[in-house]
Amino acid sequence: MTVPEPRRDTRLDRYVSSYAERTHGLAVSAVRALFSVANRPEVVSLAGGMPNIADLPLDAVGDSIATLIKTRGTQAMQYGSGQGEERIREQICEVMAEEQITAHADDVTITTGSQQALDLVTRTFIDPGDVILAEAPSYVGALGTFRAYQAQVVHVAMDENGLLPDALEQAIVSLRAQGRRVKFLYTIPNFNNPSGITLSLERRHQVLDVAKRHDLLIIEDNPYGLLTLESDPLPAIRSFDAEQVIYLGSFSKTFAPGFRIGWALAPHAVREKLVLAQESATLCPPVFSQFAISTYLETWDWRGQIKAFRSMYKERRDAMFEGLTENMPQGTTWTRPGGGFFVWVTLPEGLDSQAMLPRAVSARVAYVPGPAFYADGFGTRFMRLSYCFPTPERIIEGTRRLGEVLHEELEVRRTFGLGTTGPTSSRDLAGPGPDLS
Amino acid sequence: MSNNVVVVLAGGLSHERDVSLRSGRRVASALRDAGCDVVESDVSAGLLGRLIELGRPVVLPMLHGGAGEDGAVRQALELAEIPFVGSSAAASRVAFDKSIGTTVAWEAGLRTPQQVALPDDLFRELGASDLVAALAERLEFPMIIKPSRSGSALGFSRVDSVDELPQAMVKAYGYGPVAIAETYVAGTEVAVSVIDTGDGPRALPAVEIRPDSGVYDYEARYTAGQTRFICPAEISDEVAARCAELAVAAHEALGLADLSRTDMIIGEDGFPVFLEVNVAPGMTETSTLPLSVEAAGLDLGELLLQLVSVARARGAR
Repeated sequence: MTVPEPRRDTRLDRYVSSYAERTHGLAVSAVRALFSVANRPEVVSLAGGMPNIADLPLDAVGDSIATLIKTRGTQAMQYGSGQGEERIREQICEVMAEEQITAHADDVTITTGSQQALDLVTRTFIDPGDVILAEAPSYVGALGTFRAYQAQVVHVAMDENGLLPDALEQAIVSLRAQGRRVKFLYTIPNFNNPSGITLSLERRHQVLDVAKRHDLLIIEDNPYGLLTLESDPLPAIRSFDAEQVIYLGSFSKTFAPGFRIGWALAPHAVREKLVLAQESATLCPPVFSQFAISTYLETWDWRGQIKAFRSMYKERRDAMFEGLTENMPQGTTWTRPGGGFFVWVTLPEGLDSQAMLPRAVSARVAYVPGPAFYADGFGTRFMRLSYCFPTPERIIEGTRRLGEVLHEELEVRRTFGLGTTGPTSSRDLAGPGPDLS
Repeated sequence: MSNNVVVVLAGGLSHERDVSLRSGRRVASALRDAGCDVVESDVSAGLLGRLIELGRPVVLPMLHGGAGEDGAVRQALELAEIPFVGSSAAASRVAFDKSIGTTVAWEAGLRTPQQVALPDDLFRELGASDLVAALAERLEFPMIIKPSRSGSALGFSRVDSVDELPQAMVKAYGYGPVAIAETYVAGTEVAVSVIDTGDGPRALPAVEIRPDSGVYDYEARYTAGQTRFICPAEISDEVAARCAELAVAAHEALGLADLSRTDMIIGEDGFPVFLEVNVAPGMTETSTLPLSVEAAGLDLGELLLQLVSVARARGAR
């Protein structure tokens, strides 16, 4: 056979030797690829965290945006301030007052979703190798940002009342004794993504005390705080201390994520740096979105809308509880969140949520496997289920399909004598946090 | 049938949906560059009706895994008398199932690994420990465990001892009810694509695959930069001829049409061992068939256009 020349020796990526060190290790994954199927309508996706915005007053929002363009279009579609428009920053202070935060609009920096606030805060504080403390489990999007800045995430245990203050203190002391630079605690105190757990009022004070004693900054990420389903919102940690906390907020869950408007409320000196970082990242956050949300807040009963969201999400959460009770095999437990979007499921001993995902996708149901929410590869015995987007009927159907998947997986594992021993990478946990003992 | 539209089918509901979408995008783009009028479509309710409305154009199935590759969608196209590029439903059904495909290849005189196909309910009925012990006795370690009906190395494990077998079997059963156990073949990994534009099947230059991690798994397949591809493979002309011969023989033995890709390992003795054949070879940015096409001095879009012409001339099956 004739061999054509020249012979090509390729990695099919001409820039393979040029990437930054932090880019190494970024790879496609079979687990992530499965989510391409999860988005199909045939599949009941209990995976995504998309809010249900179909209940928004879309006609009214449409009218107000049309008026906005007609009357203030030249401002709304122009470049704006790097810190964000003053009027919306004032309105954000009113929103934060719902969680007993007293703040001045000068200390608010608008961001492209609170995800960008996370990015700006991380780039402002983190050098490669610095340590960030985070709940176990913690938000997958935050872990991705921390990884991108080459931080090392150390998880801190939590129980049904949230982060354990003693475990937090122990982690700080132990890491600093090793000469590690612990830069901040990242926490989602309300309806934690993914666990659904809320930090109790008492614990909020205790966590703050630990942080103050050890001079540790707290990043309080609070996208779900107003979406309480059973009681009034708890006061934010930031409401107790303005200097120890950077508070991140968002309109993505209480209004709509497509506008990409979030914010950071930071001590004055930090705020200066965040604004400079914002200017270098985007010049200014989306001006049109700020005007649109500002108009919505001004012209619509947004508090009433949040109440309507609460009632809609409560029905969905209750459907999730009902479906889980009805369909999950013995040995399965789950958290009972009083708000937010997510339920955290602990699987019967021996099951591995990541290994089970292909079987679930074949059965047309999807979830997010637990390891996504750990920086250290743990969490195989857990899964996150969301109840925010599917209708109650679809949630019930999804849990029915999931129940069958769990039963099948248990049967196969039992057949091979694997039913009683857990996967080696899973911590054997009673609660949603890691056993650090 | 005088219809110049080509419908590229991509997506579907298999575990390889993401790969299929990438293959579909690349194929559609190559065909457009070659001047073709392309419609891209997912597989969903109403597909056949839409194809009939379009005047039964030639379909190019770029579906990987599941119904897209096991002959099911092709069967529907045959029923609706819609012409398509590639192997028939019956041939796809045989080739996609690794246990059957390998048996056919073996019966045709090709070198194959020793292989055993085991459905999960067999273990349940007969008891896993006896079967696992029999398997360990019959096949030597290391062995490969994989689902019989899946692609992209999903559910694949290399097993070095009997203790690792149960976990590997459970992993494979996550993708389907039948798992394959086969002897591991050490050597040089190559993929040989076969095309038939009307004058008989011919092999394109072999692509040698050298994953950095040593294992050509999902990550190594689809993350650009993680695998070295050498085309034509760094092998002698004699060995290259054997690889080409094996790929064409597999294509013919399985009754395949238009295009296929055979994955094989060249053993220390310089003879290739058949691993599996693909009736819907990947066309992604990191797939091997497009590299072979380029090495043969062909243009992917032009080649696809020729295959479309062959399918159009062949008409409904």
